[in-house]
Amino acid sequence: MAKITTKNLNLWYGAFHAVKNINSAFEANRITAIIGPSGCGKSTLLRVFNRMNDLIEGVRTDGGALIDDNDILNSNTDLVVLRKKIGMVFQRPNPFPLSIYENIVFGERIHADGITRDGLDEIVQESLKSVLLWDELKDRLNEPALRLSLEQRQRLCIARCIAVKPDVLLMDEPCSALDPQATARIEELMRELKNNYTIIIVTHNMQQAARVSDDTGFMLLGELIEFGRTEQIFTAPHDRRTEDYITGRYG
Amino acid sequence: MRKLKELVIEKLILICGLASIFFVALIFLFLLKEGFAVFKAVNPFNFLFGKSWYPISDPPQLGILPLILGSLLVTLGAAVISIPIGVACAVYIAEVAPAKTKEALKAGIELLAAIPSVVLGFIGMVTLVPLVKSVFHIPTGLTALSGSIMLAFMAMPTIVSIAEDALYSVPKSYKEGAFALGATHWQTIRRVMLPAASSGILAAVMLGLGRVIGETMAVMMITGNAAVIPRSILQPVRTLTATIAAEMGEAVVGSEHYFALFAVGIVLFIISFAVNVTADLFLHKKER
Repeated sequence: MAKITTKNLNLWYGAFHAVKNINSAFEANRITAIIGPSGCGKSTLLRVFNRMNDLIEGVRTDGGALIDDNDILNSNTDLVVLRKKIGMVFQRPNPFPLSIYENIVFGERIHADGITRDGLDEIVQESLKSVLLWDELKDRLNEPALRLSLEQRQRLCIARCIAVKPDVLLMDEPCSALDPQATARIEELMRELKNNYTIIIVTHNMQQAARVSDDTGFMLLGELIEFGRTEQIFTAPHDRRTEDYITGRYG
Repeated sequence: MRKLKELVIEKLILICGLASIFFVALIFLFLLKEGFAVFKAVNPFNFLFGKSWYPISDPPQLGILPLILGSLLVTLGAAVISIPIGVACAVYIAEVAPAKTKEALKAGIELLAAIPSVVLGFIGMVTLVPLVKSVFHIPTGLTALSGSIMLAFMAMPTIVSIAEDALYSVPKSYKEGAFALGATHWQTIRRVMLPAASSGILAAVMLGLGRVIGETMAVMMITGNAAVIPRSILQPVRTLTATIAAEMGEAVVGSEHYFALFAVGIVLFIISFAVNVTADLFLHKKER
């Protein structure tokens, strides 16, 4: 079942046409990778889904983007509700300069009214467990999050998203700041998380897309060239440009 | 030849650099030498905590507690006024204001910083002082409150510009992270931006208050200059700075009064030094 769909989606930064006429369907409980060379619009597309592009001045969109048949792009869409439903993990791990504990309960503090200490404790434990950090950090919850290693920080950021109980996780090059071992462990985590979440990952690392994703979309110069099952894209691409890219002829 | 030129220039710069340190040291030594002489006449405890300042009675009474409290009261009043307004203004400029408003506000703040303190004092004297008098129905508007309000204007530019800087240098990724979790703009400011910028904001506050403590002209003109221990902010007070400025011209060189004024200078120096060091600590904490 499609969780997020786009219909003739276009986006401009001022006069620059960054995302061109995209039609796609991202299925629930699967990992979809969006690959393509730098500047092809893959991050921009990802940021359409939680309306992060709103932070940039001069951005204009048309066409449709739906989550569970609800319009994402409508100006009446409640961004708080939308972003609760669609969490985002960034390229550089960006925990807040607060304690580990406060980072995780951040979402709960801003969204919930009657919060109890026990409720928060439970959220912290659950979220840290689901990113496999609980055993490492359970005695260090009040330490500043900035004291953690890069990998731990990225896991913490994932935990921080999960704590809000989203349906979808958007990941924008989540491993590009990490070393290969840490990358492998984050990928392992993604495979576990896909049972409960719909994951869309943007990556310039083709091997990563091949390893971790179920579906893959290939973008070039703002267009979605090809979209399909990952093994098909990597073994029998229909489009010449996809083939050239995955065989390393450019990008 | 080229090497010689380099050498000469290098040494010249070195001398200029050392000169500034040398002069500071000289000033400091002179201040200490003249100031400590007062302790022959009055012991340090009585000097700091003595309740009466009658430097020209016989024998002179040289207790500067009223002056210290006067300075602190005026500074505290200025802090209460300038910190909330200044920080709010910085948040508005850094986070909320559209580009054009932002430029206009920044220019306005710089203009405020450019007003000489004597002009502020004189404007306060003709506008604020009568207002304070009539609003509170008190015999004179020359009060600590008037001083605090005028000094708040002097602290504000420093607080706003440094706090705005601190907010501006909060990594954009924090803001994005908070927004992506569904935080509203205000929640992002309150829960992420302000804590992240807190050390810079504290430094801004300290530097702003440092300016207030050292300020002389405006307070001398509008605080009434009565060297009594203030019981309320609606009383005239006299600050450390105003005391030196007002009395140094009349003090007989070499008299106890003269030395006492230098000792007041030392106290002032220690206070502003402490404030600046604290501000510096906060600023460096931010960089770490």
